[in-house]
Amino acid sequence: MDTQEKFTSRTWPESPEKTTLEGKNKFLGFWLFLGGETVLFASLFATYLALKDKVPGSDHYLAIDMYELPLVFIMTMLLLTSSLTSVYAMYHMKNYNFQKMKIWLVVTIGLGLAFLGFEIYEFYHYVHEYEHTFTSSAFGSAFYTLVGFHGAHVVVGLGWFILLLIRNTNRGLNLYNAPKFFVASLYWHFIDVVWVFIFTVVYLMGMVG
Amino acid sequence: MSTVAQKKGFLAVLWDYLTTVDHKKIAILYLTSGGFFFLVGGIEAMIIRIQLAVPDNNFVSAGLYNELLTMHGTTMIFLAAMPLLFGFMNAIVPLQIGARDVAFPFLNSLGFWLFFFGGVFLNLSWFLGGAPDAGWTSYASLSIASEGHGIDFYVLGLQISGAGTLISGINFLVTIINMRAPGMTYMRMPLFTWSTFVASALILFAFPPLTVGLFLMMFDRMFGANFFDASMGGNTIIWEHLFWIFGHPEVYILILPAFGIFSEIFATFSRKRLFGYAAMVFATVLIGFLGFMVWAHHMFTVGLGPTANAIFAVATMAIAVPTGVKIFNWMLTMWGGSISFTTPMLYAVAFIPSFTAGGVTGVMLASAAADYQYHDTYFVVAHFHYVIIGGVVLGLLAGTHFYWPKMFGTMLNEFLGKITFWLFLIGFHATFFIQHFLGLMGMPRRIWKFLPGQGLDMPNLISTVGAFFMAVAVIVLLVNIVITQVKNVRVGNDPWGDGRTLEWAIPSPPPFYNFKQLPLVRGLDPYWIEKMEGNTKMTPAEPLSDIHMPNNSFIPFVMSLGLFIAAFGAMYQVSWRASEGESFVWALPVLIIGMLITIGAMAVRSLKDDHGYHIHKEDLLDDEEGGRE
Repeated sequence: MDTQEKFTSRTWPESPEKTTLEGKNKFLGFWLFLGGETVLFASLFATYLALKDKVPGSDHYLAIDMYELPLVFIMTMLLLTSSLTSVYAMYHMKNYNFQKMKIWLVVTIGLGLAFLGFEIYEFYHYVHEYEHTFTSSAFGSAFYTLVGFHGAHVVVGLGWFILLLIRNTNRGLNLYNAPKFFVASLYWHFIDVVWVFIFTVVYLMGMVG
Repeated sequence: MSTVAQKKGFLAVLWDYLTTVDHKKIAILYLTSGGFFFLVGGIEAMIIRIQLAVPDNNFVSAGLYNELLTMHGTTMIFLAAMPLLFGFMNAIVPLQIGARDVAFPFLNSLGFWLFFFGGVFLNLSWFLGGAPDAGWTSYASLSIASEGHGIDFYVLGLQISGAGTLISGINFLVTIINMRAPGMTYMRMPLFTWSTFVASALILFAFPPLTVGLFLMMFDRMFGANFFDASMGGNTIIWEHLFWIFGHPEVYILILPAFGIFSEIFATFSRKRLFGYAAMVFATVLIGFLGFMVWAHHMFTVGLGPTANAIFAVATMAIAVPTGVKIFNWMLTMWGGSISFTTPMLYAVAFIPSFTAGGVTGVMLASAAADYQYHDTYFVVAHFHYVIIGGVVLGLLAGTHFYWPKMFGTMLNEFLGKITFWLFLIGFHATFFIQHFLGLMGMPRRIWKFLPGQGLDMPNLISTVGAFFMAVAVIVLLVNIVITQVKNVRVGNDPWGDGRTLEWAIPSPPPFYNFKQLPLVRGLDPYWIEKMEGNTKMTPAEPLSDIHMPNNSFIPFVMSLGLFIAAFGAMYQVSWRASEGESFVWALPVLIIGMLITIGAMAVRSLKDDHGYHIHKEDLLDDEEGGRE
């Protein structure tokens, strides 16, 4: 099927992301990539758990002293909501409604940026309030590596969405770019899932000592 | 468009290879660079053996010896064995499943260039202040304390080439799942495709832990983190776990494709269908699963406790079962077959006892209690060389002879091939069989020199002589390759005469679009089925129509080059020796520039539409022979 063919909402296929062979390959390849990413984060989680509260002296702050649930709760809500709005965007993509898809993607980006702002504030807070830095202890290294890897994924996801929107803003949907939007939103969901685990393993478990 | 070869200048050919996305050309790139690194690693091995030929030798210094053994292991595993296997996977797997290319031709090229630049970066350490010296496992307790930039070369080089490997793994998985020709069900896939499939799945799940381990090491050494610094709360055992969670599946990533190559060879030269095909597939998958559950058998002496040791010991021994299934199936494939002892078949036959010997010592090492005795002795060295050389390298040499005609359109000389085989086989056993006994006598591995009069002199000398036999065998192979390519006698579709699978149904080398019409697969060994029914060609599964092809691209090269440049920046922004006190002010800008090159190349790839092009039906009809010169 020709990737640059013009469609109407009536001729638009049911699963535009999987209609072409290229799209199908991209779809499957990206799911597999997320499988690898899962193992990557599993390794980081294991490292964090092994090094949690491992500090060189008693003057260092531990997890239970630092974490504040209200802040993390807001961050969680922001990211979970952004996952929902990206679902709305994909819903409109599948219905060939490019304008609404763009609007929901912009909302998603906004929520992601807000999350990122809170995360930067959180790190800044730990560094200045508790002298908990990347180099201050093994605990610090493990914490900033795990949460920072997730933060870096958020940055990449946002950059991806923004680039896609800029490139395609005047082009509308076709079978060439539909898989690209779909795969980017898959990535965004994955970031959200990882955060659910960070919220549980790092913050909730951190609060119980 | 006629495919009659136009004479192309050297630069045009070079540019073609720098930008190619054709799996057959990428295969040749893998084969040449992997072959080059194989020679480098081989020279390092020869220096090691010369140093150990006689007691109290001073051929190389202790420090250089550590660098040699580290680089030998690292080069052979990451830069020789894996790329050479990737070479055969690229050359053969798309043909075996009846595909016109891999699923992601662009990523295929990116995977190669990442591996290539990572490998070059790692080996530049020899010229830039010293190679890594903490062993190929680079245990953190050693590597954190290692001075100079050696370990940094290891960490960054492997990080770059590892990313390429992960990309290639995903690519093969998608190719095999999505791109099979009509009728090519999973249980009709040739064993080499199956083993590539399972090995790719192992890559997908085994490489991320290595990536994380290397990141932690990089953060510790270059950015002031404390993962492995016990005085800051760190723990070096984390590295050992991460490394072996990757490292054990890695040995199956290496051996499974070699098993696949041998399966094809046994069936072809016994002129019989592979015995127990379904059991072979099942055993391959089972080995893949079990491969992830045994990593701690490398760490029996760390002190994980008797429960952990017992579990990992039993899991390790369990792997002997599916492996044994395979060994018996290969033997029963030969049973009653009409066997011809070509060079590839000789390797395959020699592989069975050699690899089994390695497997038996593997079960010995798996007994945790006994392992306390074997640990870190030459017994371990003998064991893993028996599985890696007796399995993987014999497989690679067999594959080189077997698939050479399909890749290059010429036959390697059988007489020289058999000389290589005998020299290599004799040299291999002479080198490593005796090392079992060296180990049992207590000779530790990774030592620079040993003292006379301890019963170690003669065995070590024999071992060194054996190594020279292998070196001569490799030189004969190189001569064979040169003679063959200079003579340039072209061969047809099925030069061995007994090809069973789809790759033998098309010209050698295949046209750049592989199949003019996708073939209809009617069972296991589809080409054999057609031959038995008197057909000379595969039945097409589609009418002749336009073929969609991807465009060449220089972007993968640029992306990889960017990371290569950035790695220098990351490394030199810390200085290790007092004499290097002037910190390198250029380092941070170089790091940033390198990353910008890579990210910029990614953006270009993302923003510029690349729809590929079509070969038109009329041109295909003109191209009657379908082959390129």
